[in-house]
Amino acid sequence: MAIRCVASRKTLAGLKETSSRLIGFRGIQTFTLPDLPYDYGALEPAISGEIMQIHHQKHHQTYVTNYNNALEQLDQAVSKGGTSAVVKLQSAIKFNGGGHVNHSIFWKNLAPVKEGGGEPPKGSLGSAIDTHFGSLEGLVKKMSAEGAAVQGSGWVWLGLDKELKKLVVDTTANQDPLVTKGGSLVPLVGIDVWEHAYYLQYKNVRPEYLKNVWKVINWKYASEIYEKECN
Amino acid sequence: MAASIAVTANYVLQPPPYALDALEPHMSKQTLEFHWGKHHRAYVDNLKKQVLGTDLEGKPLDHIINKTYNNGDLLPAFNNAAQAWNHEFFWESMKPNGGGKPSGELLALLERDFTSYEKFYEEFNAAAATQFGAGWAWLAYANDKLKVVKTPNAVNPLVLGSFPLLTIDVWEHAYYLDFQNRRPDYIKTFMNNLVSWEAVSARLEAAKVASSSSA
Repeated sequence: MAIRCVASRKTLAGLKETSSRLIGFRGIQTFTLPDLPYDYGALEPAISGEIMQIHHQKHHQTYVTNYNNALEQLDQAVSKGGTSAVVKLQSAIKFNGGGHVNHSIFWKNLAPVKEGGGEPPKGSLGSAIDTHFGSLEGLVKKMSAEGAAVQGSGWVWLGLDKELKKLVVDTTANQDPLVTKGGSLVPLVGIDVWEHAYYLQYKNVRPEYLKNVWKVINWKYASEIYEKECN
Repeated sequence: MAASIAVTANYVLQPPPYALDALEPHMSKQTLEFHWGKHHRAYVDNLKKQVLGTDLEGKPLDHIINKTYNNGDLLPAFNNAAQAWNHEFFWESMKPNGGGKPSGELLALLERDFTSYEKFYEEFNAAAATQFGAGWAWLAYANDKLKVVKTPNAVNPLVLGSFPLLTIDVWEHAYYLDFQNRRPDYIKTFMNNLVSWEAVSARLEAAKVASSSSA
């Protein structure tokens, strides 16, 4: 049943759930905020330390907290058999679970320059990008344009369609994970274009944020995911 | 179809009815400079470019909004048109030394339709706090009743068949410089210190006239 999949480890394959624990006899997991693999200031000047700290400690933490609450409520709704109550929780699960999933990927999509942030992808992902988009510059241009065009809040993604074996660029609204655009889509790189991701530094100039974020994109991680999914 | 009220400026960026620093310390001058000076201005400028040479060119703003809402299947100009309207309505929803409890007929109607001002306050707060992502919360009037409505992105009560009376912008750009992630604090500050109940009352009067004349 779909609801059990939401709470299962399988859906979050590829993410290292460093700390989650089972509570209750139904085995509903409690999720916790993953640590960043770098200091808050390590992505400067592309993304300010102030933004990284608030983004991680406040925004992502809130998604985690609210996701846990929603799962607990879901557990109760399921056990009491209230279908309306179960259905009513779906948007809270999508918002907050999606927020947790997306941000967990995002922190891995970023790396300090001295740890390879911004270094172009090599190997099979690099070739696939050239094949599908002509060049890395072509991909960057497309993603930046689509990211700038998102109205309201959302994300722009580079994904792999596992079934069709091709790279795709797509956007999602709010905290919808990429999988909501296609069940066979695996996120490789996601860029948060919610205003909270850039406003303190770039204000209304989202295109400037999108120009600079590429300097800290961690292509090594994207390549790892790509190679794993292709084998 | 609800008539638009108060906001009639077509593709003109009207300044707020107060200086950009007049809402301090509740809403900073810096916020107004960006929110009005950049975001609102861009919606107006981009709308002008977008309708140029199309059959929307020269049409009143509320006409463009309703046409491009297209029953929810949004056409390209909707975002800029509705946001131009929404922001002018937002500036006029606030005033220096505003906020607090309304009085007179408006208070009576709030008490009638929400059982108390406190209940209205709670409901408006909750709507503004739980509008996920970008959007707006509204006090609106329809069928002789006041109600609280929340809308995503650029959607507003005009396209939902009711008269907007009050709004709070809950796009992150509206509060991020002053409150960062603390949207609930921003909403409380708006309610306690910024709302122009005079504007709301005037809009309510206009809405009643407009509803009775179309009845």
